[in-house]
Amino acid sequence: MSFFSFAWNWLQSSSQWHGAGGIPIRVLQHLGYTGLSLLVAALIALPAGVLIGHFGRGGFLVVNLANAWRAIPTLGLLILMVSLLGFSVLAWLIPLVVLAIPPILVNAYEGVAAVDRDLKDAARGMGMTDWQVLRKVEIPVALPLIMLGLRTGAIFVVATATIAAEIGLGGLGRYIIDGLATNNYGEVAGGAALVVVLALLIQFAFVGLRRLVVPTPLRAMARADN
Amino acid sequence: MMRTGYLPVKRGVLAGVAVSAALTLAACGSSSSSASGSSSNPLAPTASTGTVVVGSANFPENELLATIYSMALQGAGVNVIDKFNIGAREVYYPEIEKGAITVIPEYNGALLATSVDPKSTAATTAEVNAALTAKLPASLEILNSSSAQDKDSVTVTQAFAKAHHLTSISQLGPIAKTMVIGGPPEFKTRIDGLVGLKDHYGLTFKSFSPLDESGPISLAALVDGKVQAADIFTTTPQLITDHLVALADPKFNFAAQNVTPLVYKKHVSSTVANTLNEISAKLTTVGLLAMDKAVILDHAPYNTVAAGWLKAVGIKS
Amino acid sequence: MNWPQFWQYTAANALLGIVPAVAGLAISIPVGIACVRWRWLYGPVLSATSIIYAIPSLALFVVLIAYTGLSNLTVIIPLTLFSLCVLVPNVVDGLRSVPEPVRQAATAMGFGTIRRLVQVELPLAVPIVIAGLRVAVVSSISLASVSGLIGVASLGYFFIDGLQRNFNEEIYAAIVAVIVLALACDLILVLARWLLTPWSRKPGGRATANAEGAQLLQEQSA
Repeated sequence: MSFFSFAWNWLQSSSQWHGAGGIPIRVLQHLGYTGLSLLVAALIALPAGVLIGHFGRGGFLVVNLANAWRAIPTLGLLILMVSLLGFSVLAWLIPLVVLAIPPILVNAYEGVAAVDRDLKDAARGMGMTDWQVLRKVEIPVALPLIMLGLRTGAIFVVATATIAAEIGLGGLGRYIIDGLATNNYGEVAGGAALVVVLALLIQFAFVGLRRLVVPTPLRAMARADN
Repeated sequence: MMRTGYLPVKRGVLAGVAVSAALTLAACGSSSSSASGSSSNPLAPTASTGTVVVGSANFPENELLATIYSMALQGAGVNVIDKFNIGAREVYYPEIEKGAITVIPEYNGALLATSVDPKSTAATTAEVNAALTAKLPASLEILNSSSAQDKDSVTVTQAFAKAHHLTSISQLGPIAKTMVIGGPPEFKTRIDGLVGLKDHYGLTFKSFSPLDESGPISLAALVDGKVQAADIFTTTPQLITDHLVALADPKFNFAAQNVTPLVYKKHVSSTVANTLNEISAKLTTVGLLAMDKAVILDHAPYNTVAAGWLKAVGIKS
Repeated sequence: MNWPQFWQYTAANALLGIVPAVAGLAISIPVGIACVRWRWLYGPVLSATSIIYAIPSLALFVVLIAYTGLSNLTVIIPLTLFSLCVLVPNVVDGLRSVPEPVRQAATAMGFGTIRRLVQVELPLAVPIVIAGLRVAVVSSISLASVSGLIGVASLGYFFIDGLQRNFNEEIYAAIVAVIVLALACDLILVLARWLLTPWSRKPGGRATANAEGAQLLQEQSA
């Protein structure tokens, strides 16, 4: 297929791998945009989702709000931020954070809300306080879903961080925008291929992280539930 | 009891499939709508006999010029479909070459250097048009050029020009390697972009920063000092309001760039050609600059400004 | 503000968002049924969808220009692919959510496989499928605005033009229009689900919310 041959030719050309516009630098920039956005989104959405799931109120709101949230056009929000804030970090950070919040929030909420009542009762029966139940029972049990939310958010952001190039920034989107402007199909295809590879690597990283973070018995339990 | 409850689902699914099929058919046939409402029929095919497709590049002045063409052609009784904001020349040139677009407002020097004959040394309007007429593919031709010009440039801030005593590009030699230059992404590879600046003036810049088509990103980068020089189109109103200086180009790196209609010969009748030539005859740089100011700084709608100009010069729209 | 043009482009954006979701639904139903019938199919299908979802939408549009020229199809085909990524898991989960006793009862009553599918399993899958359709429609309408970067008419035109001319009103108006358009379609689908599932019209907002939540969740676990 021509897409793959174009991408392969472009990727093979050694000039792409050197210099200020080279692939390694663009990948690092892209990871920077992704990492910071995911971190900020997690700092906002994880506590919110966990607490809403713990107190059991507002679930209906969370789920429907998350869907409405998806309606916000990321490109439009980026351009709005640029026109209001100029070309600062916030201009690209805010749209990407807005994009990543729904999956993290919904999964954290669902993860904690789905914790077995009996488990919580047993924990309280053992003398744990509310906070201890949250820390020692609910969050660990909810971890698989919390990680899933972070993983989904990461994929959304990796694919969309390409828009940073629209306002003159770097990252892998640079290849797509520049390739489009110069009718260089290979560059667009190569840039897109790199984003997909990066997304797959992030998926593997999360699978590995899950192995590290989620205790084995809980992993098996989560698998059985799913 | 089970059946009656589920019939709506079956009907619903069938209805949905029918609706989507109809919508898809409509979507296949429709093309981008225009500001002046000329192509509101979504089932109309693109460019049937007598229909003219007017295209534009992805910056406001070109969309304005295309709107003028479109309205004047409609005033002359021609069926018009608008396809505005396509992209840079590298994207829309293949489209007009195969006839998917019929007319586009072009800049003769840039057209020649970018898509027709990169090796050409033509500099004046006459030389450029002669070269174009000789070298354009058989399916295309240019009509009459207007006197209005909008050239690419190497522009710096007034402060920078003063500090380094700059009036011309040829004076950039000693300081170029400390400067970051910016422009639309295609400036990096275009023959009259970085390549031409090196060939004509021997300039090697520190780095190139891809920005936009002489828009707010380029202007902000220049004013904020993120780049020391940028390709700003010479009819950009902010050249004046932001206190910028377009450096002189004595070696004609940027050849004459008169606004010139580029057309796909087969779909252009004499009515179309005459109308477009009339527009070229009446368009001046001063007039174009005034319209750019109205559209970019005063946020006037494109069709209002276009209609106003057409009325002022006596062309029916 | 050129309002006639604005409404025209809003209609164009609606088309570019709704057609992919509906087309995605039409394709995802047979694909989902196949994945339930032949379990080994589901794994590869899920892998494919997670790869497709990682492709930047603009890149897909550009790749398609070579095949479709600059038309609405250039945008509709990629958006349909994205919708599939969301809808296939939901169709599969919806079908799998039908309780085994119900399926067995249907067979006992003499329903053949196809009739059972069409009259029992698919209708019971409606809530989960519609949950996925809601996500697909909202995302498609929002993503369709990226078409402004390749000159295909949508509300995205006003993002680009508003940026180029420092015309903030256009940007605000277009963002609001995209959101309102998407939410209107979302509401229509909520109404559709309510109409199509008469057996679940019982009091208890939390039960419905949990079901919805589980569905929205499952589409993301693809």
